[in-house]
Amino acid sequence: MSLPEYLLRLGDNALILSQRLAEWCGHGPVLEEDIALTNVALDLLGQARLWLGYAGELTGRDEDQLAFLRDAGEFRNVLLVEQPNRDFAHTMARQFFFDVWHGLLLEKLSASKDERIGGIAAKALKEVAYHKHRATDWILRLGDGTGESHARMQQAADDLWMYTGELFEMDALEGEMHQAGVGCDLAALHEPWLNEVSRIFREATLEVPKQSWMQRGGKRGIHSEHLGYILAEMQFLQRAYPGAKW
Amino acid sequence: MTPDELFQDRIDRGIKIEPKDYMPEGYRKTLIRQISQHAHSEVVGQLPEGNWITRAPSLRRKAILLAKVQDEAGHGLYLYSAAETLGVSREQMIADLHSGKAKYSSIFNYPTLTWADIGAIGWLVDGAAIINQIALCRCSYGPYARAMVRICKEESFHQRQGYEILLTLCRGTKEQKAMAQDALNRWWWPSLMMFGPHDSESTHSEQSTKWKIKIVSNDALRQKFVDQTVPQGEYLGLTFPDPKLRWNAARGHYDFGEIDWDEFKNVIQGNGPCNRDRLRARIAAHEQGAWVREAALAYAKKHEKRAAA
Repeated sequence: MSLPEYLLRLGDNALILSQRLAEWCGHGPVLEEDIALTNVALDLLGQARLWLGYAGELTGRDEDQLAFLRDAGEFRNVLLVEQPNRDFAHTMARQFFFDVWHGLLLEKLSASKDERIGGIAAKALKEVAYHKHRATDWILRLGDGTGESHARMQQAADDLWMYTGELFEMDALEGEMHQAGVGCDLAALHEPWLNEVSRIFREATLEVPKQSWMQRGGKRGIHSEHLGYILAEMQFLQRAYPGAKW
Repeated sequence: MTPDELFQDRIDRGIKIEPKDYMPEGYRKTLIRQISQHAHSEVVGQLPEGNWITRAPSLRRKAILLAKVQDEAGHGLYLYSAAETLGVSREQMIADLHSGKAKYSSIFNYPTLTWADIGAIGWLVDGAAIINQIALCRCSYGPYARAMVRICKEESFHQRQGYEILLTLCRGTKEQKAMAQDALNRWWWPSLMMFGPHDSESTHSEQSTKWKIKIVSNDALRQKFVDQTVPQGEYLGLTFPDPKLRWNAARGHYDFGEIDWDEFKNVIQGNGPCNRDRLRARIAAHEQGAWVREAALAYAKKHEKRAAA
């Protein structure tokens, strides 16, 4: 039963990042960005529902039971996506690191031997191409904008860098999925990811962070302190009124 | 005929006024006030509903609410654009909102305390807005009238989604039904206030009617809303918080009680439960976003220069 666990990794990434982006709603730096952030949040939420829906079918639970009735230790998202919004630079750095990886991953998964995964990945890939384009735009504008925006963007990149290693971490489950032709070799995505990030950073006059020690654990259910609060908020109604239909 | 008489003649003949046409200063000012107020309402209106996006009780409801709040931001955008055709900048309009000079719909100064409030806002607040806005589709200013046509289509979606939230709650557990009733109790009177003061008290009415900026009177619109909404509430099995509310067969309309005009005036004057929070949130978003907007401008300038070089 490793497939459901694998699907939770995919679904939880999308769900938790969507939840973070939705926090911006009504508070964006300019109305157009408010709309764009919500748009990305909506796309990711749609993707989360497809992954969790599939995971649920295999385990006899629906998407809502998976989203609202699991505790933090059962969530399988990477640490990067649960990091707080902080400011617009942190939000966009998190998004950029994730989107570049997400695009590479989905491209591989769209050729998955599991047709359902292939279909979801192909659909999501189109959306993620737009997310990546937009995030790249902001890395350039903020990196090569004003002194303040440059400093904030560099700080955000430095702060978040240690959460990027986990994206490429192979473990027994990833290995099994890769062997079966269902998943892919995450470690092999690192080089194209780093090339792309370095190219955009150079153009944005930013330094690629040098830190090499990486945080890990999210994929195994060991999270940062932030996830508990995300879930406390997100799951409130389902927890307070057990069994109610909404 | 003088320019003003020619202008009035066009309006009387039902010809739309377009941005480059002659218009009296009063017409321009009234429209700027009204359209910018409307735009601000869409933007401030994101806050009470946004308050529940991260707590929506199912992924489906979360997606619907996200899309709805996004629609509202979009409405804000085209309304700001419509107002800009009258020669005022978005920056100026936002500055007027933040200084308190420009208003937004008072309804958004009430808090969203439970999930049922999201249903009530869709059903009642969007329902009241549609009644106002359908009338405005016939307004004499072309860009505003066209924006209204587009907005009305999306709003009627929102209203149905809101009603469906309440329908689900009313068919749910005892606690859920109580939640729906409580939301109606709190939102009913503020919704009626959305149509503004009685016609006899309305300061802008007469000239606006002549200019076809106002098409139907406040009291007529309010009556239409009550007539349309009461049967819907009865279908939900909810009780309206108005002992005077009853069908009047002779008039062919519902009779209803008097609005608490004291509360109405106070909320407009800034004393509603959330006035300060709403404005504070908008100002904070604007101020904290300043460095982002400056960076985007600086970047665009640099690249313009490089492209020219």
